[in-house]
Amino acid sequence: MDDSLLGLLRFGPDGWGDELLAGLQITVALALATAPIGLVLGFILALARRSERAMARVPATIFTTVFKGLPELITLFIVYYGSSLALAWLLGLFFDEPIFEISSFVAGMVALGAVSASFASEVFMGALAGIPRGQLEAADALGLSRWARMRNVILPQVMRLALPGLGNLWLVLLKDTALVSVIALPDLLRRTFIAVGSTKEPFFFFTVAIVIYFTISMLSMAVFQLLEARYARGYSK
Amino acid sequence: MTDWLPSILAEHGDDLIDGFLITLQLVIISMLFGIVLGAIIARGRMSKNKAVAGLAWFYVALFRGTPLLAQLYLIYYGLGQFSGFWRDVGLWGFLRDPFNCAVLSFTLNTAAYQAEIFRGAVQALPKGQWEGGAALGMSRFMVFRKIVLPQATLYALRPWGNELILMIKGSAVASVVTVYDLLGETRLAYSDTFRFDVYFYAAGLYLILVETLRRVWNALEQRLTRHLRREDDNSAKNAAPGAGTAAAAQL
Repeated sequence: MDDSLLGLLRFGPDGWGDELLAGLQITVALALATAPIGLVLGFILALARRSERAMARVPATIFTTVFKGLPELITLFIVYYGSSLALAWLLGLFFDEPIFEISSFVAGMVALGAVSASFASEVFMGALAGIPRGQLEAADALGLSRWARMRNVILPQVMRLALPGLGNLWLVLLKDTALVSVIALPDLLRRTFIAVGSTKEPFFFFTVAIVIYFTISMLSMAVFQLLEARYARGYSK
Repeated sequence: MTDWLPSILAEHGDDLIDGFLITLQLVIISMLFGIVLGAIIARGRMSKNKAVAGLAWFYVALFRGTPLLAQLYLIYYGLGQFSGFWRDVGLWGFLRDPFNCAVLSFTLNTAAYQAEIFRGAVQALPKGQWEGGAALGMSRFMVFRKIVLPQATLYALRPWGNELILMIKGSAVASVVTVYDLLGETRLAYSDTFRFDVYFYAAGLYLILVETLRRVWNALEQRLTRHLRREDDNSAKNAAPGAGTAAAAQL
C-alpha cells in the first residue's frame, strides 16, 4: 500500500513527481515575480501616505484600505475577469477577434502585488516612523541631496527596521499564490488537484502538497533570520 | 419597490445577503472554537514538558506555514476519501457537508494564529505579576484567573481583532468547495447573468464589514485601555498596551 503510494511520486510518465516539481517552480516564480512589486509599490505608497499633500496622501490611503480589506480571492477574480473583459472590450474596438487574453500568471502578479504592496506600506510606515528626526537633520546639515539622503541615510535603516515585517509578508505571499490555482494557473496546488483527479488519492497528494509548502516556508524563515542578523550587525552587543 | 436598485441587485441582492450571513456564521463559529483550541495550544507552547512544547510548536508552524486553501482541500477531499470509516464512526453526516469542513479547517487554522497571540500576551506580562500573586498566597490558577488573564486580555485585544479580519478575508476560500458564502453566491450570480458588476457589490459588502469591525475594535480598545492613559496624553497610541505586542504577535 505505502510503496504504491510513494510510487505515485516517481518522475516520468507514470509518476507525478515531475508534474508537482513543475508546479512548485510556478508557485515560486509567481511569488518571486510579485515580491518586487509589493516592495517598490509598498515603499512609494508609504511615502505617499506620509506626505503632507492631500493629492498624494488620499489616493494612497484609499488604495491601501481597499486592498487590505478585500479578500485576496475576490481581488483576484476582479483583476482576472475584469481585466479580461476590459481588454476584450478595448481590443474589440479595433479588432474583430480576440487576439490575446490576460494570463492567470499576470492576473496573479497584479492582484497579489496590489495586496502585498498595501501591507508592505504599513510595514514601511512603521519603519520610517522609527528613524529619529535627527538623522534627517544631520543629513541636511552635511549638505546631502534629497536622493543621497534617501539612499545612504534612510533606506539602510528602514531595511533593518522593516525586515521582520517584510519577511512575514513574504510568507503570506507564498501562501497566497495557492489562490491563483483557482483561476487555473498550473501551480503546485493546481497540479496536486489534477493528480488527485486522476489517481483518486486526495489524502496522500494534499498531504504531499502541504509538506512541500511547509518546507519552503521553513527555508524562507531561515533565510530571513540570516538577513536580519546581517542588517542588525551594527546594533548587536 | 426595488426599482431604484441596479437590476443585478434586484434579482440577486437577497442571495448576496444570504451569502453574507453564511460568511458571518463561518467566521464567528470558527473564531469561537479557535479561542478554545488556541488557548490549549498556547498552554502547550509554554509547557515545561519538551515533548508537549515541541508538538505545540509544530502545530503552530505547520498551520501558519501552509496555505489555508491547501488545508481546506486536505480536509474536504482528503478526509472524504475515508467515507467508509467515517460512516462506521458516525461522523460522515458531519464531514459530508462542505460548510462543516470549512468550519473545521478554519478552526484548526485560526487556532494556530490565536495560540501565538495568547502566548505573546501572557509572556508580555512582567514576571513580578506572577510572583506578586504567589506572595499573596494565591494558587497559580487563581493568579492566572485574577491577575494575569485580565491584563493579558487587553494585550491580546488588538492582534485578536487583526486575526478576526484576516479570518473574514480568508473565509472567502470556502466558496471554492461549494459553500455558498458571500463570494460563493457572487460567483453563482455571475455565472447566471454574466453581469460583472456583481463582484463590485460583493467587494463593497466585504469592505464595509472589515472597515466597520476595524473601527469598532479601535473604539473598544480605546475604551478598555482608558485607565492606562494619562489625562494630558493625547496620543493614545503610545499608551495602548497592545501597540507593542500587536506587531510582535503577528510576526
